[in-house]
Amino acid sequence: MSDSSFENLPKGWKSVPSDLGSDQTAFKGVQWGKAMMWIFLLSDTFIFSCFLISYMKGRASTVVDWPNTSEVFSLDFMGVPVPLLLIAIMTFVLITSSGTMALAVKYGYEKNKKMCGWFIFATAIGGLTFVGMQAYEWSKLIHEGVRPWSNPFGAGQFGSYFFMITGFHGTHVSIGVIFLFIFARKVFRGDFDTGRRGFFTTMKSDYVSIEILGLYWHFVDLVWVFIFAFFYLW
Amino acid sequence: MSDEYEHKLEAKSDYATDASSVPSTDIDSVPKAELPDQELYHSHSWWTTYVFSQDAKYIGIQYALTAVGTGLLGLVLSWLMRIQLAFPGLGWLDPAAYYQFVTMHGMIMVVYLLTALFLGGFGNLLIPLMCGARDMAFPYVNMLSYWAFVVAVVVLLASFFVPGGPTGAGWTLYPPQAITAGTPGSDMGIILMLISLILFVAGFTMGGLNYIITVLQLRARGMTLMRLPLTIWGIFTATVLAMFAFPALLVGCLMMTLDSLLGTSFFMPAMVSLGETLTHEGGSPILFQHLFWFFGHPEVYIVALPAFGIVSDLLSVHSRKTIFGYRMMVWAIVGIGALSFFVWAHHMYVSGMNPWFGFFFATTTLIIAVPTAIKVYNWILTLWRGNIQLSLPMLFSLGFIVTFLNGGLTGLFLGNVTVDVPLSDTYFVVAHFHMVMGIAPILVIFGAIYHWYPLITGRMMNETLGKIHFWITFIGSYAIYFPMHYQGFVGVPRRYFEIYDSPYIDTSTLLLNKFITIAVLIVGAAQLLFLYNLITSARLGKKSEKNPWKANSLEWQTPQMPPEHGNWGKELPKVYRWPYDFSVPGAKEDYIPQNQPPSEIIGAKVEKT
Repeated sequence: MSDSSFENLPKGWKSVPSDLGSDQTAFKGVQWGKAMMWIFLLSDTFIFSCFLISYMKGRASTVVDWPNTSEVFSLDFMGVPVPLLLIAIMTFVLITSSGTMALAVKYGYEKNKKMCGWFIFATAIGGLTFVGMQAYEWSKLIHEGVRPWSNPFGAGQFGSYFFMITGFHGTHVSIGVIFLFIFARKVFRGDFDTGRRGFFTTMKSDYVSIEILGLYWHFVDLVWVFIFAFFYLW
Repeated sequence: MSDEYEHKLEAKSDYATDASSVPSTDIDSVPKAELPDQELYHSHSWWTTYVFSQDAKYIGIQYALTAVGTGLLGLVLSWLMRIQLAFPGLGWLDPAAYYQFVTMHGMIMVVYLLTALFLGGFGNLLIPLMCGARDMAFPYVNMLSYWAFVVAVVVLLASFFVPGGPTGAGWTLYPPQAITAGTPGSDMGIILMLISLILFVAGFTMGGLNYIITVLQLRARGMTLMRLPLTIWGIFTATVLAMFAFPALLVGCLMMTLDSLLGTSFFMPAMVSLGETLTHEGGSPILFQHLFWFFGHPEVYIVALPAFGIVSDLLSVHSRKTIFGYRMMVWAIVGIGALSFFVWAHHMYVSGMNPWFGFFFATTTLIIAVPTAIKVYNWILTLWRGNIQLSLPMLFSLGFIVTFLNGGLTGLFLGNVTVDVPLSDTYFVVAHFHMVMGIAPILVIFGAIYHWYPLITGRMMNETLGKIHFWITFIGSYAIYFPMHYQGFVGVPRRYFEIYDSPYIDTSTLLLNKFITIAVLIVGAAQLLFLYNLITSARLGKKSEKNPWKANSLEWQTPQMPPEHGNWGKELPKVYRWPYDFSVPGAKEDYIPQNQPPSEIIGAKVEKT
């Protein structure tokens, strides 16, 4: 796709009526898969919004008090309970993995196979670490008696919403991790340089796929920021 | 008046020549291709051609057949319910079976028939063809979408065979009763229903992404958004609505599944059931209603908007006249779509919410009537002084306008809080929503099938059988639903499995119930006639010429009819105008296809589109 044919098009806000009024494509020069991922993420935003709004409504209308989150989520460090310690590390790891993902995209477009592959691999490890720590947090809470239907600290809905929403987010991260590993392998094998055909779709591989996966990964991180704020800081 | 009009035309064309920076003097030029030709998947075996097909046309037909097959079950369920209502003395159904049939009938018709048929069926068939693309953007994902739908249907039907049977909670699946002992299917049936819906949403998302990207990114050279047939606008906007509305359903279903399986209390308050206090505590049943209707109201328009779009095209083609107010029609579709996200709580006036809330939602509901009325006026003005052909698609379209107007007007009643409160949960509501989102879209579906049947099979459907089908269906549906309005006014409650002689029920109701049931059976039988026509015409129907309706839109302009794999042969079409240039003064024919170059129609007074 040559970008030169799009050089004469209006820029900024003026591009909106011009692009929408044009023929063939509404998003000029945007690969189909990339546009698809944006629209999927928009839809997924609605899913997480529904979850978080339900959570707010549920928390506002319980008959028993909500547990004190800074106690529930604290981690004993050298014998002292430190609130938000584990979650701070988890958030740090996940946000960092967004950074490595961005670098992977950059090196992908530079066709730097080695660096791109390693950064995707690093992102995958970051995601895996996050999921691992989440599993640890879950097991710790379950060990302390928090269940989806009840818990010793207060309203039963705490466990319900916590496990459901972090579980749904964790599933997103896990799916992302699986794809990151697959993509790391594809990069190292040179699929994106040779345009090797996809096993399922039979379509040619292209470095733009890494950016598409990156979009998903950044989205999952962004959602985590909201979950973090709503569950741990409220 | 006419001077003014001509002056405007001139001014318009001046503007067009000024604005176009194309230096070429060639009047047939269209913008350069931005993308290389789409690479297609070519099937190599029977399985990948007919079963796991990746060709949007096949997927569309697969979707349509599966949806119609499921819909037939919904039809049979309605017969069984009506026989029970007309002859309660027979003891035909027990209360549990009645509730289960009501629930399955509603859910099947709304989600698995109408949504799947309009978006999965007509969307897949028409979007690539009408946009001038070779296929959907992601054929593989499209195939997965269909098979996810099949699995969803299988899971739904499986609920008929589990202990306790399918859920009988009503299609709205309100908790706490949906998952509380005493409601039919409250353990296994409801779980399968929820899982089936989750699968449907997942499958639909895959298809919906395809439809949106194909419309936005895969149009032919010269095909601007404002040159798209209204069919595509309707399907496209409905798909966007679905992408934003289904998430609420997904979340609601997921939470109720957890309530039922894990014993969480998202929607379950503290309750005493069968003399025992349940372990649930502190949940909010209203929360589910909000989630459900945040999906449920846009869902009405997910069904209605494609019908609006398709009927606009049918009316224009079969009255040989330009659609009246094309741009207004587009903006009305988009406006209705946007507004539909702000009206959901008008389904919840009696749920005990704050009256100010009801006031807000009544206002937004009534505002929706404005773009909807614009559409109805425009349909009528399209017909005005048109060369109306009373072909089957036209008959069904005319039937649609009347029926939709009817159902829409009763919607104005129900949209007002004060009128809704006494009418809610009566047969008036049943009559209203069946008219507006049952009969009206189904009439469009029939019209569309008669219209596009030659495109799929290369043969015409039998006209006489079709006319019998139309008149029985059209008059029959009024025989069914008009009396229900009356029943609602005299206060007959809906969802009662047995209406018998009592001081609270008007005696006329009993007789009317018998009348309605006879009408239902006759209308149902007419649908079998339609099916017979549908099946036999594929083999025995009159061979259709190419473009039998002399339509302008691209799906009829393929080199082969029915279109082959890849739709367009070697060269993709170039588009020069909108699809509504009918009866243009100075043109040789009374139609000018979208891809006919301007040099071939010199002398025709075509408006610049």
